[in-house]
Amino acid sequence: MYRYDEFDHQLVNERVAQFSGQVARRLSGELTEDEFKPLRLMNGVYLQLHAYMLRIAVPYGTLSSKQMHMLAHIGRKYDRGYGHFTTRQNLQFNWPALKDVPDILKDLASVEMHCIQTSGNCIRNVTSDQYAGAAKSEIEDPRIVSEIIRQWSTFHPEFSFLPRKFKIAVTGTPDDRAAIRVHDIGIQIVQDDKQNIGYEIYVGGGLGRTPMIGKKIADFVPKEDLLAYLEAIMRVYNMYGRRDNIYKARIKILVHEIGAEEMKRQVEAEFAEVRKAGTLHLPEEEVARIEAYFQAPAYESLPDESTELNKAVLADRNFANWVKSNVAQHRVPGYAIVNISLKPIGGTPGDCSSDQMDAIADIAEKYSFDELRVTHEQNLTLAHVRKKDLQAVYEALKKHDLATANINLITDQIACPGLDYCALANARSIPLAQEISRRFADIERQHEIGELKINTSGCISACGHHHVGHIGILGVDKKGVEYYQVTLGGAADEKTAIGDIVGRAFTEDEIVDAIETIVTTYIGKRNEGERFIDTYRRIGVEPFKESLYETH
Amino acid sequence: MKLIKNGGFVEDRFATVGDEDQLPDGPVIVSLERWQAEGEALRARNTPVGVRLKSGQEPSPIVEDLDKLDVVALEFPTYRNGRAYSYARLLRERHGYKGELRAVGNVLRDQFQFMIRCGIDALEVADNITPEIWAENVGSFSLYYQPAADGRETVLSLRHRLAQRARERAAV
Repeated sequence: MYRYDEFDHQLVNERVAQFSGQVARRLSGELTEDEFKPLRLMNGVYLQLHAYMLRIAVPYGTLSSKQMHMLAHIGRKYDRGYGHFTTRQNLQFNWPALKDVPDILKDLASVEMHCIQTSGNCIRNVTSDQYAGAAKSEIEDPRIVSEIIRQWSTFHPEFSFLPRKFKIAVTGTPDDRAAIRVHDIGIQIVQDDKQNIGYEIYVGGGLGRTPMIGKKIADFVPKEDLLAYLEAIMRVYNMYGRRDNIYKARIKILVHEIGAEEMKRQVEAEFAEVRKAGTLHLPEEEVARIEAYFQAPAYESLPDESTELNKAVLADRNFANWVKSNVAQHRVPGYAIVNISLKPIGGTPGDCSSDQMDAIADIAEKYSFDELRVTHEQNLTLAHVRKKDLQAVYEALKKHDLATANINLITDQIACPGLDYCALANARSIPLAQEISRRFADIERQHEIGELKINTSGCISACGHHHVGHIGILGVDKKGVEYYQVTLGGAADEKTAIGDIVGRAFTEDEIVDAIETIVTTYIGKRNEGERFIDTYRRIGVEPFKESLYETH
Repeated sequence: MKLIKNGGFVEDRFATVGDEDQLPDGPVIVSLERWQAEGEALRARNTPVGVRLKSGQEPSPIVEDLDKLDVVALEFPTYRNGRAYSYARLLRERHGYKGELRAVGNVLRDQFQFMIRCGIDALEVADNITPEIWAENVGSFSLYYQPAADGRETVLSLRHRLAQRARERAAV
């Protein structure tokens, strides 16, 4: 993975010094909360319902074991012994004291971590595929270009006060695990017929109160021109994005209002100028320098089949289920990708205790080349595990309640913090996710239902990505009472779709039964081996409507 | 309001005049509308003149006039509105403007360095800004990842210059 050089270190240290000064001015009363707000918001410090929240950047979701141990330490020393992994592949601490934030930043800097641009109207942490470097169909490791973008966008003098926050996602495989079509910019790595690598660019995707799917505006931006092209998009957005209404300020609204064709024309005109100036031309030498950090680890030469694994699968039904749902194919024979579920039955999606973090870091060190990934679905990934070690990894995870065999199943839910933490929320998200999780606790039944993603948001900000859940749940407030609106058929992969609203919202007492009805309807209608989303695409919303509203 | 130019606190010799105001003697800054309506008369005064662009007014209408302008003032209506950072870079880098480029409006200390990097060389700041505060904030960062209008060397260029030097030394 990427390692800081002296320059990266110096910049982060200068940022720590700057923010420490700002915190000191706030604590001494020199700055009011109002004056402090723009400063803390540039550094991932939010004021939540009960306390400050600190968001730590995990660039493109990659962590070393050492970094994970440091997060565990921070959780223990400055918070309540746990942290929360987010859909932005970041980590949030919900209870730090403001006076401790400078010390936390120093601890983070010591392991090459920071909170830079995890909030504010700037280019946020770049997100990517959790299977980077391990996926079979990968054209190029997306972390190389993600790191190049991270550096270019850090403290960008022109783009730190954009109309609104700005999120970029990169994927290196045709099957998209990074949800690039619901980002402000989505980058798909492609290859032309001469094996040259370039980038397909999507712009204007996003969720929130106006969900939009990104529009493709470039088929092939050559590698050396990527930053020039991104700068062109950013400049068009910075100059013409709306600033009169916070809800219309994202780039998706600009693209929607002027149209994708006009957006493309403006970006291309600007790109031609930036390219001509030449200062953003990306030298091969720098690409090679960063590429070197992401070289494949020292894999052993192994047979693809592992007899140990095959034997263990036959001997232990629970392990077999875990392998089926949580283990994915690796591009190297004899290796596998392991997904660690942070969705235990009845737990809070994405929460991880400091003890669990330490355990996971140790497992990664021992079995997966000292490296971990955070997924946008709020789970963790060990990208390179020998198949013959799978059982040992499973047993080690099980000891820490980390071996729930539910990846991509109905209890692998995304949920925003909701009314329990967030000042914007209309309704509770976590307790609902927990209730759904308990209702469908039976792992055998979950496997029988198959792939099904439930996403829950506590308000129309859509932090729980409900629009792109196969089943989406949105908390709404009707005269002080919490209601839940259901959408069906959303998806965030290469066939991205915004879910359809199924009908009238459900009360807190009705909603879990409604989910049950949706599941039963699907099971009744599915063809052999057909996933929920495929059944839905085939039969549409009507059968679900009928069964939902005749029983309620 | 205080004016900082090229790092020093200076007297503002320009008067910013409204569209209906009578022109005072001496250097003035006028709106884009007034410049477009009275440009010829303003130039005929043989006194320095500047144009103030509002946040929604991009620089293209004055691109042909840049050699006649002593000041271009860019409005930041609130610190959150960063449109003029792009205007500044376009004026400097694309249109080769060499005169004073002034930030006016809600200019916060934490933005000084960004503004300078975008080519702004004069800033109207709040009265509580002292030379110490200026120096502290303008020096917050000593390294830059990306090229901008200030022409400062980027980290990328530093890295490769050092690598080059190391290679040369190794060759000797």
